[in-house]
Amino acid sequence: MTEILAKSIASTLAAGTPLALAGLGLLVNERLGVINLGAEGLMLVAAITGYAVGVHTGSVWLAFCAGALAAALLAAVFGWLVVWLNANQYATGLATSLFGAGFSAFVGVDYVGRQLPWPADVPDPAASLWRIAFLDHHALVFVAIALAPALWLLFWRTRTGLVLRAVGESPDAAHALGYPVRRIRFAAVLAGGALCGLAGAYMSLVQPRLWAEGMVQGGGWIALALTVFATWRPARLVFGAYLFGGVRVLELTLQGQGVHVPSQFMSMLPYLSTVVVLCLISRNPAWIRLNMPASLGKPFFASQ
Amino acid sequence: MSLSASPDGVSSGTGPKRHEGGAPRLELRHVTKRYGHVVANDDVALAVAPGEIHAVLGENGAGKSTLMKIIYGAVHPDAGEILWDGRPVRIGSPHDARALGIAMVFQHFSLFETLTVAENIWLGLPRSTKLRDVEARIDAKAREYGLELDPTRHVHALSVGERQRVEIVRALLGDPRLLILDEPTSVLTPQAVEKLFVTLRQLAATGCSILYISHKLDEIRALCHRCTVLRGGKVVGSTDPTKETIAGLSRLMIGADPPRVVRAPPHPGVMALHVLDLSLPQVDRFGVPLDRVTLEVREGEIVGIAGVSGNGQQQLLAALSGEDPRAPANAVRLFGTPIGRLGSGARRRLGLHFVPEERLGRGAVPGLSLAQNLLLTRREAIRGFGWIDRRHLHGQTKGILGRFRVAAPGTRAAARSLSGGNLQKYIVGREIDAVPKVLIVAQPTWGVDVGAAAQIRAELVALRDAGCAVLVASDDLDELFEISDRLYVIARGRLSPPVPTAAATVEQIGQWMSGLWEREQETVHPAPGANA
Amino acid sequence: MTLLSPILALSITVLVAGTLFIALDKDPVRALSLFLVKPFQGTWNLTELGLKITPLILCSLGLALCFRANVWNIGAEGQFVFGAIGGGGLAMWVTTHGVEVSRWGFFPFVIVAGALAGAAWAAAVAYCKDRFHANEILVSLMLVYVANLFLTWLVVDPWKDPAGWGMPKTVSFAASTTIPRMFPGMRLHWGLPLALLAAAAMWMFLFRTFKGNQLQIGGLAPAAARYAGFSPRAALWTTLLTSGALAGVAGAFEVVGPSGQLNQGAASGYGFTAIVVAFVGRLNPIGCVLASILLSAFRRGGELAQGMQIPPALTGVFEGVLLVTMLVCDTFIHHRVRFGNGGPAAAASSRPTP
Repeated sequence: MTEILAKSIASTLAAGTPLALAGLGLLVNERLGVINLGAEGLMLVAAITGYAVGVHTGSVWLAFCAGALAAALLAAVFGWLVVWLNANQYATGLATSLFGAGFSAFVGVDYVGRQLPWPADVPDPAASLWRIAFLDHHALVFVAIALAPALWLLFWRTRTGLVLRAVGESPDAAHALGYPVRRIRFAAVLAGGALCGLAGAYMSLVQPRLWAEGMVQGGGWIALALTVFATWRPARLVFGAYLFGGVRVLELTLQGQGVHVPSQFMSMLPYLSTVVVLCLISRNPAWIRLNMPASLGKPFFASQ
Repeated sequence: MSLSASPDGVSSGTGPKRHEGGAPRLELRHVTKRYGHVVANDDVALAVAPGEIHAVLGENGAGKSTLMKIIYGAVHPDAGEILWDGRPVRIGSPHDARALGIAMVFQHFSLFETLTVAENIWLGLPRSTKLRDVEARIDAKAREYGLELDPTRHVHALSVGERQRVEIVRALLGDPRLLILDEPTSVLTPQAVEKLFVTLRQLAATGCSILYISHKLDEIRALCHRCTVLRGGKVVGSTDPTKETIAGLSRLMIGADPPRVVRAPPHPGVMALHVLDLSLPQVDRFGVPLDRVTLEVREGEIVGIAGVSGNGQQQLLAALSGEDPRAPANAVRLFGTPIGRLGSGARRRLGLHFVPEERLGRGAVPGLSLAQNLLLTRREAIRGFGWIDRRHLHGQTKGILGRFRVAAPGTRAAARSLSGGNLQKYIVGREIDAVPKVLIVAQPTWGVDVGAAAQIRAELVALRDAGCAVLVASDDLDELFEISDRLYVIARGRLSPPVPTAAATVEQIGQWMSGLWEREQETVHPAPGANA
Repeated sequence: MTLLSPILALSITVLVAGTLFIALDKDPVRALSLFLVKPFQGTWNLTELGLKITPLILCSLGLALCFRANVWNIGAEGQFVFGAIGGGGLAMWVTTHGVEVSRWGFFPFVIVAGALAGAAWAAAVAYCKDRFHANEILVSLMLVYVANLFLTWLVVDPWKDPAGWGMPKTVSFAASTTIPRMFPGMRLHWGLPLALLAAAAMWMFLFRTFKGNQLQIGGLAPAAARYAGFSPRAALWTTLLTSGALAGVAGAFEVVGPSGQLNQGAASGYGFTAIVVAFVGRLNPIGCVLASILLSAFRRGGELAQGMQIPPALTGVFEGVLLVTMLVCDTFIHHRVRFGNGGPAAAASSRPTP
């Protein structure tokens, strides 16, 4: 029983990490007033780029860097449109998502079924349960968890964070004080894109460690929902991400235990729970308004 | 109607310390700024001496704001030069302006609601400052100028007047050599205006120059040493305002004698709109709850609601228009019919029309044509199955444009292409043309040029004379004194008892705007009640 | 003016595509003609194109309505799948129960079944938004995944063809249930004229009726709609139910028309392509028809290009590039207009709410 528990914790951490990384990236965007519906596309592009670079170079580090860079590049296009040209954030995000899905499918045709040249991390069977549960993980798992307090410190304990929150609340007022609103927002879009990229690369390189068309399976969208769930707070977001990771693991565990529910219904769980969570959390619009960055989704027109 | 008790005598003898022969603190020469075909500033010249309080006077659209933005570096002039202490400078951004020692207090505050006072001010100071030092400096500066301010409070919990104090303290902490104030008194009670003037005079005495932008003549005469008048983007005069009469300044500002509304005594009829003990909780923490509001409007009278903006006007008007249908049904009655729960469409069908404060985005859809905007409140062109009779619609729109002298290229012109004054004439006209039984108007002439304002006020008075019940809420006390028959004052979500305009004074209404009516209610105004 | 940016975007997309083909070492002229010329050549290609145009028009009309009302339904794909389940389920029931139907007599039932099923799936989105204020973008998208999984379950379990050697599909529907065809020997069916009719009706509704006007005002300026007394709830339900029904009909047409059975492939991506169609068509019903023709040619070209060893996934790249470039063109054109004659008058007369 404890072994199952330890393994469940391990797989929860592994499954929740891409959600946490992407969610934190999107949280940074949204704190600055930009909602990026292109997250799914960013993650897909990063996943295939990371995978392809991994296959060809054999370097994990290069693969991750390439993934993050590719996503940041696509995010730069998105950011250029919404931050500098004031294009509609929703439409542009959707376009980014569609492009990312199409582009990754196109480039990825040759990589379906190909193997990464380095061996997968096989857990040491002799390791203690404690180690299996909490320590034998990919470095990004710890990065994701450490990012929560780091972002909290940045946003709520530094002057830079105060400026960032101020830009997200009232770009006009920040502009009047002389802050470069557009440059700050664009930088946030890039950083958020890179984090989404790490998340996507994690999926193709670590877990589930393969490339298939559309393999992110809505992870980008769930990450977007997580920012609402977390009411734009990093710690809550990471907590939510691992909760969702847990749902995915629950799905697999129950199937392993021979519970007689069709597997398709089990697979619906993450999506249905996203809907349920969104409904529960959005129930009180006044409360959401209170927590939401005030300029979210709104373009900023600097006075001429 | 004059806002300040005694404009004369206050400023005389306290002129600026003019350094004879010294260069002005700020000088503008031949400054020109165009937006497309519109020339916002045309060859403007302006000189402000150290320690001088210099007014920039002009009506809405005269180019005052553009000029201030140029000085503050937010807008770049197409031509002309700026001299600072006699040296030519290029002010590329607000950052450059602050480096020179220029500070600005905006008409719409640039504050962050969710942050504290200290954090807000910290954001305007150099990076190296510590937050703890900021709090100490705020306390010191506030005490020096007699401004009460708690640095730890959140801005969303502050009144409008307190927010302005935050802006002023933020500006003062930079030890400015030139302070720009853009229409600073539009959010203040007359008493608070007096206090502000004391602060500004104290500041000027230290050698700081002040640019004071306003269209309120009596304030300029009471405060300023010098006055530059803008009309249509050009400088039409520069005088010592204390030596001018109000009428003289007004003629300079608008190029003609100020229009006055002629008003016959009212003939109040039956009770049209009756609000009884209306209480509404706030929607979110930025809102104002309404507290036992009681209000009566009769046919054939104009009732005014005075008050500093942000005291519940928006909430009250939304509850009356039906945009907020949360009120108990019986708390709002239209000719005896309970309408508290009805939506705005249903109330309009019963004869209650409303002109909202925001013209673009609420009173009209910016991107749609004037004809399409007619459909917001008028249904005459709707045929069976909801089919729109376009010929009728355009004809009707054309009629309104003609009747209310709206300058528009045609019925297909987008609402956003009209000037503020013309769009307001169109919206007010659209509602008056519907022959309402009750008309509620918020800020009838905000941001509107003098000609259009006079026309709108005259139309409202004519509507009253035709027997309509009219309710007007306005920040502009002069306007309310000009057109309304009775006055209420709203403060912190509570409504004062009514007072006949003829019996009211600016001082009394000013007191009430701070919420201080209970004390005198018993003695001065024996509860003007619901006698039919 | 309204045509300028789609045309510019198309030109840029063609340029990008040409470059891509050269990079892939393919003859760019030949490859491009597969996407832009070949689909329009010959009766067979034209009718196959029409077959793809039909669902795109239907889905994009609904989306255009939603987007105009500022209701961000991006789950047309899920509503399409449910329509397919509704229409396909009905056809399967008729087939397995041996009910005697005529093609023309059954046709209306297919439409109704598809519309009801699609609208029901969209109603779930409307309910979450109306009752709980849940973000419709995320909810509608999540429900796409759920719909797809539900479809998979149906065809691998309860609705599986017992004689199908375990393949994930239903029985082949009786010939009497399939949608009447327009030309003998071609798969194109009478759904296309119906889709065109729907486009005309949508145009009338949007631009000639009060109700359509109300919905758009709700999208353009919610405060103005509230001021006018137009119910945002009515707008939410109307747009979502209509768009769900239209996508559902498209799904039903697809399985009861060319497929003749329900299988996992019913989720064909039409619902997502329709988003591109709606935007490229400027959210205008006529534009949606034109954009549907273009995007169908892209899809058909993707199929034809497999002969040249070009992966069909390229269609998705083109769709993405087209939409992104159109948004870029739009903002540039918009900027020019704004700077040209916007002027301070427009800026000065709006007062920000405190």
